[in-house]
Amino acid sequence: MRKLTFVGGVHPYDGKDLSKDKPIVSVLPKGELVYPVSQHIGAPAAPIVKKGDRVLAGQKIAEQTGFVSAPVYASVSGTVKAIEPRRVVTGDSVMSIVVENDHQYEEVPMQPPGPLESLSREQIIDCIKEAGIVGMGGAGFPTYVKLSPKEPEKIEYCIANCAECEPYLTSDYRRMLEEPEKLIGGLKIILQLFPNARGILAVEDNKPDCIKLLQERVRGEDRISVKALQTKYPQGAERTLIYATTGRQINSSMLPADVGCVVNNVDTVVAIYRAVTEGRPLMERIVTVTGDAIQNPQNYRVKIGMNYRELVEEAGGFAGKPEKIVCGGPMMGFAMFDLDVPTTKTSTALLCLSRDEVSAMEPGPCINCGRCVEVCPGRVVPSRLADYAERFDEEAFLKHDGMECCECGCCSFICPAKRPLTQQIKSMRKIQLAKKKK
Amino acid sequence: MDRKLRVSSNPHIRSKVTTNGIMMAVALALLPAAGFGIYNFGIRALLHILITVASTVLTEFLFGLYKKKLTVTDLSAVVTGLLLALNLPVGAPLWIGALGGVFAILVVKMLFGGLGQNFMNPALAARCFLLISFPALMTNFTCDAYTGATPLAALKAGEAVNVTNMIIGRTAGTIGETSMIALVVGACLLILLGVIDLRIPGSYIVSFALFVLLFGGRGMDFQFLSAHLAGGGLMLGAFFMATDYVTRPITVRGQYVFGVFLGIMTGIFRIFGPGAEGVSYAIILGNLLVPLIEKVTMPRAFGKGGAGHGRK
Repeated sequence: MRKLTFVGGVHPYDGKDLSKDKPIVSVLPKGELVYPVSQHIGAPAAPIVKKGDRVLAGQKIAEQTGFVSAPVYASVSGTVKAIEPRRVVTGDSVMSIVVENDHQYEEVPMQPPGPLESLSREQIIDCIKEAGIVGMGGAGFPTYVKLSPKEPEKIEYCIANCAECEPYLTSDYRRMLEEPEKLIGGLKIILQLFPNARGILAVEDNKPDCIKLLQERVRGEDRISVKALQTKYPQGAERTLIYATTGRQINSSMLPADVGCVVNNVDTVVAIYRAVTEGRPLMERIVTVTGDAIQNPQNYRVKIGMNYRELVEEAGGFAGKPEKIVCGGPMMGFAMFDLDVPTTKTSTALLCLSRDEVSAMEPGPCINCGRCVEVCPGRVVPSRLADYAERFDEEAFLKHDGMECCECGCCSFICPAKRPLTQQIKSMRKIQLAKKKK
Repeated sequence: MDRKLRVSSNPHIRSKVTTNGIMMAVALALLPAAGFGIYNFGIRALLHILITVASTVLTEFLFGLYKKKLTVTDLSAVVTGLLLALNLPVGAPLWIGALGGVFAILVVKMLFGGLGQNFMNPALAARCFLLISFPALMTNFTCDAYTGATPLAALKAGEAVNVTNMIIGRTAGTIGETSMIALVVGACLLILLGVIDLRIPGSYIVSFALFVLLFGGRGMDFQFLSAHLAGGGLMLGAFFMATDYVTRPITVRGQYVFGVFLGIMTGIFRIFGPGAEGVSYAIILGNLLVPLIEKVTMPRAFGKGGAGHGRK
């Protein structure tokens, strides 16, 4: 059989060996927890607690404020210490609720909405919405919105994104190995929303053990199948994943639902399962702490809101001095200014590198080699788009589909002249998106 | 943290491929042809190569000193010099490579903005400059080893040629163009290293072969066809000069168009033109058309090329 894949892409050093064999370890926060009210795409949540309030784990502390928005829950019990702007991973200051941990981990009573079979579509979606679930692969788009397309009967594929194509990341891998029943259970819940859909667990073939395990577990499930994808970055990007599994194409202005697809990442699907079967809101996630500058790379079950510095300490501290620290994977993650920022719903990994390859290489002139064109999954011409962006030629940028870039980073990665192509295209896209909003 | 962290936009890792590495690979891949040239034509060929490379490298170095921006370390001047030397007849005076080297680097490359900005292949432009300026010197293929015409000229005159010798390279011609075997060995190296692919050389050679079969006036004469494929600068041009990144289209479809255009133009020059050879002029002409070819072959983005439900 031909391997499922897309056109383009790159094969960076994957670094997964550092942490792939480390089982998930639960870690408890020591200091205060910080909950930014904006951990998702859309309107920031509004705090509903005040300074001095005692909160319990699983208690809603900020509520949804619009259609595209999500509530925020406390992950520990304790006292609200402050509601003030705090620095987040990207370096911005975001209004945050700060909770002093009382180390009791007293939870609010949690109630599933009812036996699964009896739940209506609306009840399930409402439960997911209330649980504050957002795309946990990094994008942070509120999941309930994704699951509420205009015509649910037209959805043909519900894809669980188990590709984990970013180098170094192993949180989804561990989740699949350790809790496959939750992943499959979550996918079944999604399928309950879409009567005409088939479920796909799409896994890259560098995880044969996951593929085998999931295949065993879905035996007898006639609506769910496991599909092996070629290992190639960015196989797990939404557009390439849909193409690889179904052969359908969407562009930047379309939604997966336009081609009958719904895509959710592993951790998100598990969060859906826990919300619907246990009534448990989103308050923890799996974070891979890894990189050559970390003493003991590890996969942690983290209470959302916990400080990154504590995670590093938990992992035995730094091995040598890190030169660069990235939140997320090396291809799409954010380089961090400071470790004293909280983990959020979209924190997939903390990558500590002892050497920054990027600053070690001086960009040279473009030699027009065309490697960026070959690897671009968006099938645009990155070197030209970057050139238009540099000269601020908006017209040419838009004409040559600059907005179709998914910022995956393949062009910058492959460029022999080490030009920051992704960065240039990204900043132009940001300007254009901001203009559109006005 | 007592030490500051590096911060930059994603991605945070880079591939091992570098401009230097690519130039080094091309220079290495030219060595079999250069080596055969020296074996075939004697020590004078080596002198030509050394002088021409020294000229291109020195020109780039001096220009870099003048502009206070040294670019000579990117090794592109070495490649240009080597290519130009391989395009010289061994009997030409030794200063001709030096002059050509200055023209290639200074006029064709640096004055247009340096590496990546030139719109013509510097080595080829310099060769054509020399051909036009010193036609007698540049077309005198008589030397110690060979007297008389190049195989292509003989072919044009209706004489018989020895195709086996042409494939091995034991014929008159420019220093690096005669041995098809040496050139193909170098080309295979570049293909294996991922520096070039077969889009341009393949479409170039195939379309040229078709042109010769259709319009060569010899019908299905494969002897004639093989002589045309092995003779002259076709292999050197198709694998090493038409594939020059800077002066070929960046779009995938454009590369096929470019290759076919070169094939047809080379056919026209060789079959209907007054001279025996046509590769250099065809490629230079193709270089000039690159912006146009790119304009009409710009790809449509993923998901924008028709119906959303299209299968792969």
